[in-house]
Amino acid sequence: MTYIKKPRIDLPGRGRNEIGLTMRDYEGGLSTLCAGCGHDSITAAIVQAFFELSTPPESVIKLSGIGCSSKTPAYFVSGAHGFNSVHGRMPSVATGAMAANRDLVCIAVSGDGDSLSIGFGQFGHVVRRNLNMLYIIENNGVYGLTKGQFSASADPGSKAKKGEVNVMQSIDPVSTAIALGGSFVARGFSGDRAQLVPLIKAGIRHRGCAVLDVISPCVTFNDHEGSTKSYAYTRENYHPAVYTDFVPPAEQIEAEQKDGEATTVTMHDGSRIKLRKADNAYDPSDRSAVMHYLEDRRTKGEVVTGLLYIDEDLPEMHAIAQTEAEPLSGRAFSDLSPGAAALAKLQKGMR
Amino acid sequence: MKRTDTSNPDYFHQVVDCQWGCPAHTDVPEYIRLIAQGRFTDAYMVNRESNVFPGILGRVCDRPCEPACRRGRIGQKPVAICRLKRVAADYREDVSDRLPVIPRQKNGKKIALVGAGCASLAVANDLMPLGYECTIFEAQSVPGGLMRYNIPAFRLPVAVLDEEINMILDMGVEIHYDHPITSMKALLDEGYDAVFVGTGAPRGKELNLPGRYDTENIHIGIDWLESVAFGHIEKIGEKVLIIGVGNTAMDCCRTSLRLGAKDVKVMARKPREFFKASDWELEDAEEEKVEIVINRSPKEFVVEDGKLKGMTFEVMEYDIDNGRITDTRITGEEFIPCDDVVLAIGQENAFPWIERDLGIEFNKWEEPAVDETTFESSLKGVFFGGDSAFGPKNIIWAVEHGHQAAISIHLYCNGLDLNDRLPDTLNLGSRKMGMHEWSYSNDFDPAARRIMNHVPLGERFKEITREVELGFDAEQTATEVERCLNCDIQTVFFDNLCIECDACLDICPTDCLTIVPNGEEVDIVASLKAPRLEKDQPLFVSDGLKQTGRVMVKDENFCVHCGLCAERCPTAAWDMQKSILGFPKAKNYVEDDSCQQRKAG
Ligand SMILES: Cc1cc2nc3c(=O)[nH]c(=O)nc-3n(C[C@H](O)[C@H](O)[C@H](O)COP(=O)(O)OP(=O)(O)OC[C@H]3O[C@@H](n4cnc5c(N)ncnc54)[C@H](O)[C@@H]3O)c2cc1C
Ligand SMILES: Cc1ncc(C[n+]2csc(CCOP(=O)(O)OP(=O)(O)O)c2C)c(N)n1
Ligand code: SF4
Ligand code: SF4
Ligand code: SF4
Ligand SMILES: [Mg+2]
Repeated sequence: MTYIKKPRIDLPGRGRNEIGLTMRDYEGGLSTLCAGCGHDSITAAIVQAFFELSTPPESVIKLSGIGCSSKTPAYFVSGAHGFNSVHGRMPSVATGAMAANRDLVCIAVSGDGDSLSIGFGQFGHVVRRNLNMLYIIENNGVYGLTKGQFSASADPGSKAKKGEVNVMQSIDPVSTAIALGGSFVARGFSGDRAQLVPLIKAGIRHRGCAVLDVISPCVTFNDHEGSTKSYAYTRENYHPAVYTDFVPPAEQIEAEQKDGEATTVTMHDGSRIKLRKADNAYDPSDRSAVMHYLEDRRTKGEVVTGLLYIDEDLPEMHAIAQTEAEPLSGRAFSDLSPGAAALAKLQKGMR
Repeated sequence: MKRTDTSNPDYFHQVVDCQWGCPAHTDVPEYIRLIAQGRFTDAYMVNRESNVFPGILGRVCDRPCEPACRRGRIGQKPVAICRLKRVAADYREDVSDRLPVIPRQKNGKKIALVGAGCASLAVANDLMPLGYECTIFEAQSVPGGLMRYNIPAFRLPVAVLDEEINMILDMGVEIHYDHPITSMKALLDEGYDAVFVGTGAPRGKELNLPGRYDTENIHIGIDWLESVAFGHIEKIGEKVLIIGVGNTAMDCCRTSLRLGAKDVKVMARKPREFFKASDWELEDAEEEKVEIVINRSPKEFVVEDGKLKGMTFEVMEYDIDNGRITDTRITGEEFIPCDDVVLAIGQENAFPWIERDLGIEFNKWEEPAVDETTFESSLKGVFFGGDSAFGPKNIIWAVEHGHQAAISIHLYCNGLDLNDRLPDTLNLGSRKMGMHEWSYSNDFDPAARRIMNHVPLGERFKEITREVELGFDAEQTATEVERCLNCDIQTVFFDNLCIECDACLDICPTDCLTIVPNGEEVDIVASLKAPRLEKDQPLFVSDGLKQTGRVMVKDENFCVHCGLCAERCPTAAWDMQKSILGFPKAKNYVEDDSCQQRKAG
C-alpha cells in the first residue's frame, strides 16, 4: 500500500470516453493491499474495462464477501453502488440486489477462499440460478487476508511459504462452474492485461452469470518457489486456449487477416466476442469436449486461459422466474407493500 | 533496443530539466528543498557554487530553467525558480566564512582580465582560490558592467550588486578603474601569463533612417540607460517612442516613465508572438501602462526646425503559418508624434582596441574566433567570455563562460592540453527512509504558481531606484517550494528484481511506465501507455526482464517524481535516488584540494 494518494493530474491530450469521462474517473479509493498484489492489477483492468465500455458509474453495483480480494471494490468505480457483505455470502446479497433492480450492471469480486471454501454453496447456486452478473474470483491459492493458509484452490503438492505441502485435492472454479451449468466461464491472469480486459468486458455484457477465474498471485504469502499460483509458475505454465476480442455493438469487426479460425459470438446487447483459438480443435460451445480438454491440461499442470465455455442462450434468473421487465425498485412503495388487507386476500387465495 | 546507459551523467541530468536548461547547471531542486527546510544560507551556497551571483540572478536572471520546468509540461505554470533563488539570497546569513580561502602563497601566475563585468568576475572567482593573481582593467569607475549601468536599479538594487561583486573583489583581486585598455598589443607586452577579454558587446545598433542625425532627441538605448545610471540624464520628454521590443526596450520604456514621460509606446515591427522580450518583462511594462504597438515598421524621423515631431511608420500585415511569417505587406502609413525616441534594436561586439595583426582572428562581422569549449581565441593564452565571445547573451551564460575560461586558463598556465577536460560526474543515493517514507516531499501539490508582489503603481515612480519587486513572503515561499517536483530524485530501475506484477504501471499517475516486448524504437514507442509527446525527453529501456524477457520502458516526459512506482513495487525494482551531478570547475583540477589549502591558508 502507499500512504499518499495517487495524485490527479490532468495531462494534455488524455482520452475521454463516450460519456465524457476519463479513465481516472473510474478509479476508486487508495488501495491498502500489499505492493505488487495481483488483485490491484485486476482492479486496474476493471477500471479500464468500464472506461472503455463507457458505463455510467451510477448504473453499476459492486459486491464482495471477505478477503483481500473482497476489499478491492473499494478501489474501483467510486461512483458506483456497493455492498461489502459477509464471508462467502456475497451471492445471496447480489441475488437480492438484482432481484430488486434488474437494470443494474452487477460486478462481484470474491476470492478463492470466499467462493470455494466458506462460500462454496452460495457460489454453486448463483451459477445455477444464472444471475445476471460478472462474478470474478481473484484466485491466489491462499487466504491472503488471514496470513496465507491454503485455500480450496491450492493444488495438491504445492508448497506453502514455510514449506508445508498441500495434501488435499483442489477445487477448480472453472470446471466446477461448467459442471454446475454455468453460461459463461473464463480464466485470466492478473499479469496479462491484454487478455483480461476483453474478458471483463464480455463478462459484463453477458446476460447471465459470467464466472471469471483470475489467477492473481499473492506476493506476500504465495509467490515463492514451489507455489503453483506464483507469477513465475503461472508464466511458465501459461496456456491461452482462446484469444478473446470484445467488439462493442457500434463497431465493425475488422476484416479477418491471418486467423481463419476465429468464431464470433453475438451477445444479447449486440456486442460480439471474437474468439481466436490457439488450439484448432477447441470449441468453447461443446461442454463435454471443454471438460475433457480442461481435465487433460490440468494433469499436465497447464494454466489454461481464455473464454473457455459460453452458452448465450441459457435463460438468466429473471427470465426463469418470469418477472416483470420493469425493475421492482422503480415501483411505488404502495405497489410493493400493498398492506395487510391485500396480504390477507392473497393468502386466502392460497388456502 | 539496448539497455539505456544511465551511468552516463547526461541521462539523469536531462531529467532535471531546470538544471539541464541552466547554462551553469545550478542544482535547482536541491536548493529549493533547502529553502523548504529554512536552510537559506545553504541554499545560497548551492547557488553560488554554480552561478556565483544568486542575489543578482534571483532578480534579473533570464531564467532559461523556467520554460524548461517539468511543471510546465503537465498543464501548469513552471515553478518560480528565480524568485526562490532570491528568497535564498534575501534570508541568508553572513557567508564570509563559507567563501573559499585565498592562499597567501600565490602560485606566481598573473592573469589580466579586461572589463569588470560578470564574465571577468566569474573567472576571478574561480582562479583566486587557486593562488592566481588576477588584475582587472575596467574602463568605468565602478565594477559590474551592464549589470550595473544598463539593468536599471528598480530591477536590481545597487546594494545587492555591490555585495556580491565585493565577495569576489575581496578575494584580493587587483582592479584598475577608469582604465580602458586601448591596445591589446600593449597589454600583451606587459607579460601576463594569460589574458581574458570580458568587455561585453558594447555597441548599440543604429537605425539609419531619414532625420536620424537632425535632432538630439534620438538615443541609443544602452548608451542612454548608462547615462541614466550614472546620473548624466535625469529627464525625458512627455511622449516617448521606444523602437524594438526586446528586454532592452522594456528597461528603456520603464526608465522613461521614471524620468517623467507620460505616454510611452513600444513600437514593434511584428505581432506579439515574435517579441524577443521575456514574458515577465512585458507584463511588468504593461502593468506600468506602457503601450505596445504592433505591426509598425519605422520609416522616418520627422524633424522640423531641429525639433523632433514624431516618427512615420509603415503599417505592416503578415501572413503567418505555424508560427512562421510566409508573406509581408505594407498596408499604409502612420505618423506618431513624440518628443524622444530610444532605439533598442540590439547590440554588437566591437573591438577597436585589438590590433588585427596579433594573431587574434575575427570573422566578417567583427566577431572573434573563439573555441566553444575552451574559450581560447586563435592566439594562445588569450581567452574570451561573456558577451564579448559570441555576442550578447545574458548574465548566466557569461558566468558559465567564466567557469570554463578559468579551467582553460589554469590548464594553459600549467602547460596542459586545454581539451583535456574532466568529465561530468554522477552519484546516486537512495532517498528511501522506510516502507512509505522518503527523505523528500513526494506528495504532488497541485498549487498554482505564486505571484510576485509589486510596489503599488503610485509609489513606483517617485524614486528611480525604488525596487519594484518585493520578494516572496513566508506564505508564498512555503507554497512555491512544494510545487517543485524534485526531478533530481530519480527513478532508478534494477532490472533483475522486477517480477512484472504491473503495480508500478498502474499506480503511475501520468502513465510513464510500460512493459512491452523488446523491439525497434518505433515499435516500442508505438506501444507506450501514454503517447510520447516530447521526442527530446529521455526514454529509458531496461534489459530483458527475467520472467518474460519483455522490457520496462519509461518515458521521462511526464514523470512527477511522486515515488509511487517505488512505493508500490514489491521487490524494490524501482528506487528513488537523488542524482548528485558534478560539473568540474577550475578547483577540481587542483590536486591538493581546498581542505588542505584551508590548513595552509
Ligand atoms: C538593457 C539591458 C538589460 C539587460 N537585462 C538583463 C537581465 O535582466 N538579465 C540578464 O541575465 N542579462 C541582461 N542583460 C544582458 C547582460 O547584461 C549581459 O549579457 C552581461 O552583462 C554580459 O556580461 P559581460 O561580463 O560579458 O559584459 P558586460 O557586462 O558588458 O561588462 C563588460 C565590462 O567591460 C568594460 N569594458 C569594455 N571595454 C573595455 C575596455 N576596452 N577596457 C576596459 N574595460 C572595458 C565595460 O565597461 C564593462 O564594465 C541586459 C542587457 C541590456 C543591454
Ligand atoms: C465467517 C468468517 N469466517 C472466517 C473469517 C476469516 N477470514 C477472513 S478472510 C478469509 C479468507 C479469505 O480468502 P480469499 O477469499 O481467498 O481472499 P484473499 O485474501 O486470498 O484474497 C477468512 C477465512 C471471516 N472473516 N468470517
Ligand atoms: S496478503 Fe496477499 S492477497 Fe492479501 S493483499 Fe497481500 S499480496 Fe494481496
Ligand atoms: S515517480 Fe514513478 S509513479 Fe511517480 S510519476 Fe514518476 S514513474 Fe510515475
Ligand atoms: S512494481 Fe516492481 S516488480 Fe512490479 S512491474 Fe513494477 S518494477 Fe516490476
Ligand atoms: Mg485467496
